Amino acid sequence: MFAALDGAKCPKRFLGISMLLILAMFAMDKTTASAEEVVNLYSYRQPFLIRPILKAFTEKTGIKTNIVFAKKGMLEKIKATPGAADAVLTVDIGRLHDMDEAGLLQPVQSKVLEQNIPSSYRHPMGHWFGLTTRGRVIYASKKRVKPGAITRYEDLADPKWKGRICTRSGKHVYNVSLFASIVAHSGEAKAKKWLKGLKSNLARKPGGNDRAQAKAIYAGQCDLALANTYYMAKMATNKKKKVQREWAKAAYIVFPNQKDRGTHVNISGAAVTKHAKNRKNAVRLIEFLSGEYAQKLYAGQNYEYPLKTGVTIHPLVASWGKFKADTINLAEVANQRATASKLVDQVDYNNFSPSN
Amino acid sequence: MGSWCFEKDCNFCNWYGMSASAGFHIKASPRLTSKWLRLDFWTGGALLLAFFIALPLLSVSFFALQPSGDIWHHLVTTVLSRYVLTTIGLMLGVGVGTLVIGTCTAWLVTLCRFPGRRIFEWALLLPLAMPTYVVAYVYTDVFEFAGPVQTLLRDIFGWESSREYWFPEIRSLGGAIFVMTLTLYPYVYLLARVAFVQQSVCILEVSRTLGKTAWQSFISIALPSARPSLIIGVSLVLMEALNDFGTVDFFAVETLTAGIFDVWLNMNNLSGAAQLAVVALCFVLLLLWAERKSRTNQRYFNTSTRYQALPSYQLQGARLLGATISCLLPIGFGFILPSCILGYYAWGFYEESISRNFYSNLSNSLVLSSLSATLSVLAGIFLAYGVRLKENTLLKSTARFASIGYAVPGAVLAVGVLIPMGKMDVFIQGFLNNVFGISTGLFFSGTIAAVTYGYLSRFLALSYGTMEASLMRITPNMDGAARTLGLGPGRTLKRIHLPMIRGGILAAAILVFVDTMKELPMTIILRPFNFETLATHVHQLASDELLEESALGSLSIVAAGLLPVVYLSRTIRGARPGAEK
Repeated sequence: MFAALDGAKCPKRFLGISMLLILAMFAMDKTTASAEEVVNLYSYRQPFLIRPILKAFTEKTGIKTNIVFAKKGMLEKIKATPGAADAVLTVDIGRLHDMDEAGLLQPVQSKVLEQNIPSSYRHPMGHWFGLTTRGRVIYASKKRVKPGAITRYEDLADPKWKGRICTRSGKHVYNVSLFASIVAHSGEAKAKKWLKGLKSNLARKPGGNDRAQAKAIYAGQCDLALANTYYMAKMATNKKKKVQREWAKAAYIVFPNQKDRGTHVNISGAAVTKHAKNRKNAVRLIEFLSGEYAQKLYAGQNYEYPLKTGVTIHPLVASWGKFKADTINLAEVANQRATASKLVDQVDYNNFSPSN
Repeated sequence: MGSWCFEKDCNFCNWYGMSASAGFHIKASPRLTSKWLRLDFWTGGALLLAFFIALPLLSVSFFALQPSGDIWHHLVTTVLSRYVLTTIGLMLGVGVGTLVIGTCTAWLVTLCRFPGRRIFEWALLLPLAMPTYVVAYVYTDVFEFAGPVQTLLRDIFGWESSREYWFPEIRSLGGAIFVMTLTLYPYVYLLARVAFVQQSVCILEVSRTLGKTAWQSFISIALPSARPSLIIGVSLVLMEALNDFGTVDFFAVETLTAGIFDVWLNMNNLSGAAQLAVVALCFVLLLLWAERKSRTNQRYFNTSTRYQALPSYQLQGARLLGATISCLLPIGFGFILPSCILGYYAWGFYEESISRNFYSNLSNSLVLSSLSATLSVLAGIFLAYGVRLKENTLLKSTARFASIGYAVPGAVLAVGVLIPMGKMDVFIQGFLNNVFGISTGLFFSGTIAAVTYGYLSRFLALSYGTMEASLMRITPNMDGAARTLGLGPGRTLKRIHLPMIRGGILAAAILVFVDTMKELPMTIILRPFNFETLATHVHQLASDELLEESALGSLSIVAAGLLPVVYLSRTIRGARPGAEK
């Protein structure tokens, strides 16, 4: 090869090899090769969670789905290669909102979607649609926290909980979203004071994932934790991991703020990209996702709350009882995310150490 | 093993006294136009290549030039100082840790003789195959409050809560240093070992005959001679520590990289994030600059052309024990313990974790890793040799710039790749359509070309650095002699340099191969549709908090990385010039 660099043969040989390579790569590009009906998806949700739903969609409509899963850089990718993806699937409002702000989404008018999805969970112009909700709730220790001892997010700042609360990083998207909803409701100053109070009640440095908070309650490190609803169900129904069932047994769910604004919920959602090449198929997919069949699967497999009314939820999820969800427009919450994130910095939330 | 080699084989004065010769210049004479062209091929080609590889980094810098609102006011008044201090702490801890572990173990297995040495030789590389974030997950499971260690302690001593006793918190800066040191020291070890294997024994023997002890020879002869390699090894480690997000995020350690992602994703401020990334880059540049400054006038070459088998110091008693333990500890904590835990999980969750696409994931991983290793090594050789041929400041600085992409967090660099990629896609598509009338898919974003390009820009530091260090140890006299005897630059490279730096080439290939195997953020962002590798499969499960289910995938990443690591490590031993074939 290096000898080739020296001689005159080099260009030909190189050209030949590179042409072959390029052809081979084109051959691998399956997304555009054939004329069959497709829809190309960028997904923030793990493929193994939606694959059964997508399979059902393909069986029903004959439209093939191509998917790529990522948690970062999607917005930039859509911007850099317009038309490569037709739709995005996300697991929180923040990303949808950012994409909308960047002008990467297009309006969709659909009777089906308007019927299936309550108006507070979709963009007024149809730029994005919520599909399911999940509550950010309080897990409380069955042993050490009496029912009714805590009823509001605001109570988490009460000094009586000093050294008894666990959370994951204050910068995690689920927490930032919750903090943003507090900013949206009570204003920045009050939210900051509350966050400071919450920090001073921590039992340990924020960290780990949502299940790790339940684990910490089980182990006796703390009595209260912030986590999403579906993790409780995932732990409680875990067939093989007995220990996770134990974690779930050690805690119960408190839906905060039932007497006032309601519990903070986030959505998983979908949107059609501005330069979608298969717009029709993308809309059909979102309609399918909002329909009875897919909503049932969402509810059954991932223990989320379906948005379509009348779809039965998982019995375990139902056993936690009905709750009042915060109905504030989610775009308003999303607007406060940067502020919330800055508050986390200002109170130095993640830098907690038990001694101070 | 004669001490006579002082006169016969070695040129001690020459070896240490090369300080005056600053690189090798080939002055082109006007008559030899073909030589001119050749030089232009190397310099021009290298320049073009370096620029191509640096494009993603350039586009990150371009983002940094955009206005970022009041983000800096916020950062300066709140977290910036902590980001910086934490980053310095992390780099210091990991840098010192890996330097000590890597150098000492490399020295022990190369020049001392003790039972198990042959196994340690390759086993010390094993933690390289472990993705850092996986080790972080595993150790958190073990050492946290609810983990088995603390539970056992509580059971034994009857403690109830964490307030009754002290135990180091794994989710902390210290924990991050611990985990990263364990998985990253093989970089230093590998490069140090290549350097020690390649060094001339004569120098050491001369030093011994002149009355120095083995330890003194190590400090005053072997270390300085291996310095370029050690520095490259440590700077790779530092860049890796700097760009890591998975571990610091999991441990909630607030480094600059954690800040970059926070500003980018939580505050939706890409330009602010890019500016922070540039600040982080300045750290690396400052370090590299300081290092270069401190050895401006020293260059180390092996000038001896005769090599003999490396001497072996037979270790006994306490030393033997010490050596064995020093080699066992990093392997134990960096590889054996985490693999056992992963293996335990994988065993228990086999049905849940065996994926239908396991083999296609595996082959995707292997194809990408081989492609990336080959391309990076070729590019590394081309650039390093181009720089060596002609002291071209522009080329040198472009190549160096291109190879600091490693210090940028993968996801940020991936975004940097997207921009030139999108432009090239549109161009290629338009070109083919207009000229040949072919309507094609997107070449870069539709295929693995994008992710391969991304790897090249990310991992050039590994190959270029290694090649540069290896070439540096070859005296320019070799080039001179070959060229005088009528070889062109290409043939000189092929017949003189490549055989001499075989060890370095293999080392670079291992590093890039294994690193690509583990690479996550770029693979995720730049891969085409429906394309899974082992790493993305693990990520999918781990991101749903399914550590046990992802264990089998993690183990297969490790296993796939093992074979080349072991094979190539054995080849390094034989890579010593003059080693018995």
